[in-house]
Amino acid sequence: MDPLIGALVGAPLLGAGILLVGGRRLDRTGHWIGCLWAAVSFVIGVVLFADLLSRSPAQRTLTSHLFTWVPVAGFQADVGFQLDQLSMTFVLLITGVGTLIHIYSVGYMEHDENRRKFFGYLNLFLAAMLLLVLADNYLLLYVGWEGVGLASYLLIGFWQHKPSAATAAKKAFLVNRVGDMGLSIAIMVMFTTFGSFAFRPVFAHVGDVSQGRLTTIGLLLLLAACGKSAQVPLQSWLGDAMEGPTPVSALIHAATMVTAGVYLVVRSGAIFNAAPTAQLAVCVVGAVTLVFGAIVGCAKDDIKKALAGSTMSQIGYMMLAAGLGPIGYVFAIMHLVTHGFFKAGLFLGAGSVMHGMNDEVDMRRFGALRTYMPVTFVTFGLGYLAIIGFPGLSGYWSKDKIIEAAFAKGGTEGWTLGAVALVGAGITAFYMTRVMLMTFFGDKRWQPDAEGHEPHPHESPKIMTIPMSILAFGSVFAGGLFSINSAFLKWLQPVTGHSDGHSPVATWEITVATLVVLILGVGLAWQSYGRQAVPAVAPRGSLLTRAARRDLLQDDFNHVVLVRGGEHLTRSLVYLDHTVVDGAVNGTAAGVGGLSGRLRRLQNGFVRSYAVSMLGGTAVLVAATLLMRGV
Amino acid sequence: MSFPLLTVTAVVPAAGAVVTAAVPAARRTAAKWTALAFALATLVLAAVVTARFSPGGARYQLTESHAWITAFGVRYELGVDGIAVVLVLLTAVLVPFVMLAGWHDADPLETSDRRWRPTQGFFALILLVEAMVVIAFESTDVFLFYVFFEAMLIPMYFLIGGFGDQAGAHGEDEQARQRSYAAVKFLLYNLVGGLVMLAAVIGLYAVTAHQLGAGTFSLPQILHDRANGTLTLSTTAERWIFLGFFFAFAVKAPLWPLHTWLPNAMGESTAPVAVLITAVVDKVGTFAMLRYCLQLFPAASKWATPVILVLAVIGIIYGALLAVGQRDIKRLIAYASISHFGFIILGIFAMTSQGQSGATLYMVNHGVSTAALLLVAGFLISRRGSRRIADFGGVQKVAPLLAGTFLVGGLATLSLPGLGPFVSEFLVLVGTFTRYPALGVIATLGIVLAALYVLVLYQRTMTGPVKAGIEGMKDLKVRELVVVAPLIALLLFLGVYPKPVTDVINPAVKDTLSDVHRTDPPPKVTVPAVAAAKENAK
Amino acid sequence: MNPANYLYLSALLFTIGAAGVLIRRNAIIVFMCVELMLNACNLAFVTFSRLHGNLDGQIIAFFTMVVAAAEVVVGLAIIVTFFRSRHSASVDDADLMKL
Repeated sequence: MDPLIGALVGAPLLGAGILLVGGRRLDRTGHWIGCLWAAVSFVIGVVLFADLLSRSPAQRTLTSHLFTWVPVAGFQADVGFQLDQLSMTFVLLITGVGTLIHIYSVGYMEHDENRRKFFGYLNLFLAAMLLLVLADNYLLLYVGWEGVGLASYLLIGFWQHKPSAATAAKKAFLVNRVGDMGLSIAIMVMFTTFGSFAFRPVFAHVGDVSQGRLTTIGLLLLLAACGKSAQVPLQSWLGDAMEGPTPVSALIHAATMVTAGVYLVVRSGAIFNAAPTAQLAVCVVGAVTLVFGAIVGCAKDDIKKALAGSTMSQIGYMMLAAGLGPIGYVFAIMHLVTHGFFKAGLFLGAGSVMHGMNDEVDMRRFGALRTYMPVTFVTFGLGYLAIIGFPGLSGYWSKDKIIEAAFAKGGTEGWTLGAVALVGAGITAFYMTRVMLMTFFGDKRWQPDAEGHEPHPHESPKIMTIPMSILAFGSVFAGGLFSINSAFLKWLQPVTGHSDGHSPVATWEITVATLVVLILGVGLAWQSYGRQAVPAVAPRGSLLTRAARRDLLQDDFNHVVLVRGGEHLTRSLVYLDHTVVDGAVNGTAAGVGGLSGRLRRLQNGFVRSYAVSMLGGTAVLVAATLLMRGV
Repeated sequence: MSFPLLTVTAVVPAAGAVVTAAVPAARRTAAKWTALAFALATLVLAAVVTARFSPGGARYQLTESHAWITAFGVRYELGVDGIAVVLVLLTAVLVPFVMLAGWHDADPLETSDRRWRPTQGFFALILLVEAMVVIAFESTDVFLFYVFFEAMLIPMYFLIGGFGDQAGAHGEDEQARQRSYAAVKFLLYNLVGGLVMLAAVIGLYAVTAHQLGAGTFSLPQILHDRANGTLTLSTTAERWIFLGFFFAFAVKAPLWPLHTWLPNAMGESTAPVAVLITAVVDKVGTFAMLRYCLQLFPAASKWATPVILVLAVIGIIYGALLAVGQRDIKRLIAYASISHFGFIILGIFAMTSQGQSGATLYMVNHGVSTAALLLVAGFLISRRGSRRIADFGGVQKVAPLLAGTFLVGGLATLSLPGLGPFVSEFLVLVGTFTRYPALGVIATLGIVLAALYVLVLYQRTMTGPVKAGIEGMKDLKVRELVVVAPLIALLLFLGVYPKPVTDVINPAVKDTLSDVHRTDPPPKVTVPAVAAAKENAK
Repeated sequence: MNPANYLYLSALLFTIGAAGVLIRRNAIIVFMCVELMLNACNLAFVTFSRLHGNLDGQIIAFFTMVVAAAEVVVGLAIIVTFFRSRHSASVDDADLMKL
């Protein structure tokens, strides 16, 4: 079974290679090649899953050592894989949702001349993401980590002729690089501490190291996670990343890549468990982002950006859960998986709407689409119910558990985190209802696009609606299935560990409270966007709304402090390099030149002045000789 | 006597230079093919050298030794260690690509004058540089090294000053002025460095002559005599001589603040010559730090380490920031190289196995990645006739292959995992971090800045709407693809499986470290690394 | 007579010659002063020869005379040519030997 793990990564990598090197001659078949390799890796994933299931829970870790990568004295980096329950969960999510989105893209990207390249990049993404979750050491994980960053860069900027897309891609990569810096420094600290950065030896010796060091490692890992998972303060790239084609937003910026930060924290659970300060930091970051993303999501009129705000917020939930320690790990991952289903479904739905509306993204120009796009409406609606936590659907099972776990942390921290999570659930209900109402209900507010084409909304082709339906199915039932007999908990427990907390609030009380805020959120949204007609042009709005439309001014801050400041810094350095550093050298040259210019004057051409100098020189020589003789 | 393989490796390109220069003016194409054939023959010889070299064997292998100037104890001594082997191979690999990329760079504009033969000169000079660089890598005699270290300036001067880029902004006269400024600046900087080194070389001779009776420049002999105590340098003498050597190498490398010749030289010369400067000739500087500074003057190296490390880190950040602020593609890459040289020097003077192996590997990777990026940039520039970033935009729409290869070169420059430079950069950073955590962290900032300048460059030139002057741009031709594709394949190989290279480098680095009496700092928790690896492999 | 007096005379003659070379402008006079300096040296050579009791100084004096004769030939020729082109024998008019 072990070599299959390598094949899992290899299949999509091979696909990417074929598609990117193959060139134009593959233009007509390229998309099917891409789908094929994605499906192959999914099948391999299922086979491995079956294999794991057939083993006893303690035996469910497979390893595969491929080759020695970089051996330099004590520094031993290997290319080796480790497949355990945690990785397996991710593998199924990545390859499963990935394959569906590949298929969807065949329809969505039908008219794009670079469709082959698109599938090449998607395959590359799958390979990198699988590498990330399968690596058995942090350095190889880092390769996958930057690999998904590259794929994300290429796909966000897929429509490179649009300056906004190119800028967004660059921004995403750069912000991620800041996070990556955290990961690479974390690896360095691990190496100096443990002499290794492979999971097993590091986790095995966590007990022998001072807490300060572990906290350092934990905070650095958190920085990395913030970058990849768009958590405050490195969240600013995710909204712009919506410039990419919608399937990309669904796969990379909703279901899989952005959740890599959560994977990193859960995978490094052994380190975080021993570093409470770092854990608290994870919780705080999660809680802040949860609210931040939700507020942004409420104000955006661009359907994809509203969903992006929502993604940020939901990942905030996962981070919050991951920061709670063993009590939350399982629920973080469970929410991650259910979120993968419903958020991917929502994005695909949004893509389907755009497909039918001449690529319009402004929800103020939608309305009343439910009758024109029935399948999209139903699948989107089910995703909507799942994300707001409608009882019985996926989101309900995972999100409630997180809120419960937050309260169970106890003390002021527990109450604060729990309350934030609870409020977040209400805001989620509000903004998702808003999206739903503005898109599918109300009056038609359609407007012709820039070239004057009137929109003729129509249902998308089967190749797009079938993946949407499958994801909708998952959104409805996944959470419930996982919770039967605590199946998901039992599956993951051997890897992540689990402890039941003692919540100061009873479970039913939390459920009721969640339902109350949910109804409040939905009601408020109905009040604002259901009963009243939605204006086609955005009203000015309150101060908070205006700030939220601008991503709570974070971009403005970045622009003023980092971009402007950076420009001034580099300009002045260029100037300094020219005037001071180079100037010193050129100044020396000019000085030598000036000196020789002076000396040249002595050469005046008058015979008699030469004679004087000769006489003087002779006199000096004679005097010197006499003096030296005296000595 | 065994076959003098090392001599032949250096003589073949030198002979090639003579033969190429002798080709009649009208037979320009023949001259090109002759030069290429000699370059390929050198590549084969370098490959044979690599194959015959057994890592972990004697320190210097394939040695040759003959008396040269007996009066001063100068010997013709050649020998390669693991570091020299990979650098000789790098040089031999890069030169054919440089030639192919510059295939038409030296075609005369008008053929009226039958004696006008720049093409022959261009290719002969490239081969001459190769011969000198190879022998500098192979030499184990300080004086022999010095002679070729200096002599390579002459062909480089003509290559920079004589075959400029036809893509300046201000018309031909201004361009010729800029070019001669760049060439003279290159020459003067390096000559000053060389003169200081000459003083140090003489100083070294004086010390050996005084203590051993007969002066010597032979590296193995000096090391041997120092080891058994017959030769001792006083602290002051060692420091002064070290500084003399280091100054010359720091100019060549170049280390901040001695770097300002590089942007001029790389900006004004054609892309292939710029590759020759930064990827081949400059490597002699960093190589010599590793071989001569550390081995001859271990105590002085240790004494100067803090200052050098700080300069290197300044260079990393400073070079990257300046790269961000450039408006000229080639100057941008030049500043990026300054940043990368900072990494190499940082790795060398961190005095850890990871740092020095990483630095050596970095020399190889930087050579290949810069060659890839710069040669593609050269294709781009020659198509547009300008090297100003603002003159480009939307190239990916009309020339996707060009844009794609440019991006790969750029990604290698920003050390993307999976490509060669990542491995070496990470090794350098880890090696630095284990001994100097603060410097390691600051240097890591360089990876963010690298992403910034590479992606900004890509965005401004390749993406967005197609600019005026770009519409008809042709995609890569077959010849150009033959240049770029192998380089990219090499980058991938070095990124995924660098073990063959590190296996050659590691023993040499181990010897160097034992020369300077440094060992790697042990990890806080004593998990034997091998045991940990095994535990992990289970 | 004390041979040292010849040396004083020699020094005096040399000084007169040197001062003439430096002060006078006329090339002929300068030329004569140069001759004066040469002959002052000759006198010193001969005196030392007498003082030390060997012939080396006298032999060198002969050589000097020969050289001086040759110099007169070349020098006068130059002065004549110079006078023809410039219509002046002033050495200050010949200042072309500069950059």
